[in-house]
Amino acid sequence: MPLPQETIATTPKKRFHGLFSTSIAAYSCFGRNQVPATTGYSLLHMNKPDDAEIVHFDNVGLRYGTGKEVLTDVSFTLFSGRFYFLTGASGAGKTSLLKLLYLAQRPSRGLIRMFGTDAITLPRERLPGFRRRLGVVFQDFRLVQHLSAFDNVALPLRVAGVPEKDIVRPVTEMLEWVGLGDRSHARPATLSGGEQQRVAIARAVIGRPDMLIADEPTGNVDPDMAEKLLRLFEALNRLGTTVVVATHDIHLIQKMPDSLIMRLDKGRLSDPTGALRYPPRSGAAPSRPELPRL
Amino acid sequence: MSMLPAALEAFQGEWRERASAESRLLPQGKLSGPMPWVIAIMIGLTVVATASGLALRNTARVASADVSGGVTVQIVHGAPRERDRQAQAALASVQSAPGVLSARLVPQAELDALVEPWLGTNAGDDINALPVPALIDVRLSDAANDSQLESLRTRLKSSAPAARIDAQATWLAPVFEAIGGLQWLAGGLIALLAFATVATVLLASRNALGNHRSTIEIVHMLGGTDTQIARIFQRSMAVDAAAGGIGGLLLGLVAISLLGHQFAALGSGMMTSVGLGFSDWLVICCIPLAGVLLAVVTARLTVLSALRGML
Ligand SMILES: Nc1ncnc2c1ncn2[C@@H]1O[C@H](COP(=O)(O)OP(=O)(O)OP(=O)(O)O)[C@@H](O)[C@H]1O
Ligand SMILES: [Mg+2]
Repeated sequence: MPLPQETIATTPKKRFHGLFSTSIAAYSCFGRNQVPATTGYSLLHMNKPDDAEIVHFDNVGLRYGTGKEVLTDVSFTLFSGRFYFLTGASGAGKTSLLKLLYLAQRPSRGLIRMFGTDAITLPRERLPGFRRRLGVVFQDFRLVQHLSAFDNVALPLRVAGVPEKDIVRPVTEMLEWVGLGDRSHARPATLSGGEQQRVAIARAVIGRPDMLIADEPTGNVDPDMAEKLLRLFEALNRLGTTVVVATHDIHLIQKMPDSLIMRLDKGRLSDPTGALRYPPRSGAAPSRPELPRL
Repeated sequence: MSMLPAALEAFQGEWRERASAESRLLPQGKLSGPMPWVIAIMIGLTVVATASGLALRNTARVASADVSGGVTVQIVHGAPRERDRQAQAALASVQSAPGVLSARLVPQAELDALVEPWLGTNAGDDINALPVPALIDVRLSDAANDSQLESLRTRLKSSAPAARIDAQATWLAPVFEAIGGLQWLAGGLIALLAFATVATVLLASRNALGNHRSTIEIVHMLGGTDTQIARIFQRSMAVDAAAGGIGGLLLGLVAISLLGHQFAALGSGMMTSVGLGFSDWLVICCIPLAGVLLAVVTARLTVLSALRGML
């Protein structure tokens, strides 16, 4: 099957966005944005989980200031291209663990390796390069209040220096996709909680990160939208992005049978599905034990 | 055409694109609200103070160059005839004295003009009855010193006993002292204003940083580099400071030209000839430039130090 002319002619950066939007279309269970002519191309480039380590935690402990440890002896390995859920009661330390993952916090002890590099001794000037490989949905969204929804979603591309002419189309499509096509000029303050959350998600995935880290990304949306957003993550995951989603929502987890589950209990990690075992089991967990009580 | 313009254009295009992309990360102009106005006022005041200081310095220089080699010989005698005789003798004697460039008997018409404001034109009838001294304006080749004055005095003692000899600088000493004092005052004002401007810019920068701390954190978390974030702020501050600086310069120039007109209208022989030279204008135009530079450097340092505290 010949490649579409458009994708051959453009630079890798441009192709990358085109690829992303058409792939979303390909995996969209809502049937919007269908571009049949290019779906073959995006399927061709689908990444399979390749069991390559992307993150490794070894005996990581975290305490804030002089308080007690909120994370204790956390050890696990995340593998490239997989889909992880992180569950646990409120206050169990999910956000704290994700903060370590998205490099907003240094651990009090232990080792963290990310993208094959020791993330703890990483010099400051190399952090931005690492952060640009991550997409983060913060629990509190962290949208820039004086920028429109469009500009918020465009932010990672602009920070990465993507030319302006290559920003408008993917951002517009992404906003359409999360159902905010007609709200692209709205400031965050004038958006509902769920709408803000969708802007935050659009911003996290727009740059097609190597790893997506989402903290309660569906906490403020209705079940239909939650599932739609989950499909967005899934589409991204199929393109090779490792996804880590912290959530309380058991229904969400059930909708992703291929996912792996990590569970935090008072700052300690348990492994109810063997997600963290090495070598990781391929595909779904057939003998998946009963889902953890949340 | 060579390839250079094309390359330049491409570079400019790229730069503009990058600049516009980065400018979208922060709303421009809203960064510091009233700061351009405050900066304009500070710059305007600094410009006026500097211009006054420079004008005073120039005045003092020109005036002192004028008078330093000047000696006045007065012949004070009640009898006009004897006065004129002594004046002629003194003139001849002084003209042949060593170190004297020129000597000139101030003509009666000029003397009349000098005393006119006090005595009025109608005093003409009786003017010879008044003991108006004869004046000889002497130019020395160097600045007048005491020994030279002393030798002139002994020289004139016999031929013109009524002669009184003074260096012009001596008369004007209080004026020069006053001008010197004013110069110090202007210098002090400039220092204070510069200090206040620095403080203003610093506060503006801090304030802007405080307002946008969450934005900075977000851009930082999205992989923005320190220099990238600092650049956004620098540009914002530069725009504000440039607006303020240009406004301030215009304000200052208006004030200077008004003052200049006032002094010109005064017609004071000393002031009219003194203006601001090319180098003075250069110094004045550098003030807003320095303000912009200061604002940019401050913004950069403030942002970088804040970012260094973040992981
Ligand atoms: N910045 C902080 N300083 C001090 N303690 C903190 C800080 N952030 C979190 N903690 C504490 O660490 C513990 C774990 O918090 P964390 O936010 O990681 O929980 P969580 O699992 O994300 O909870 P939730 O589901 O409610 O979001 C809590 O006891 C919390 O009080
Ligand atoms: Mg949390």
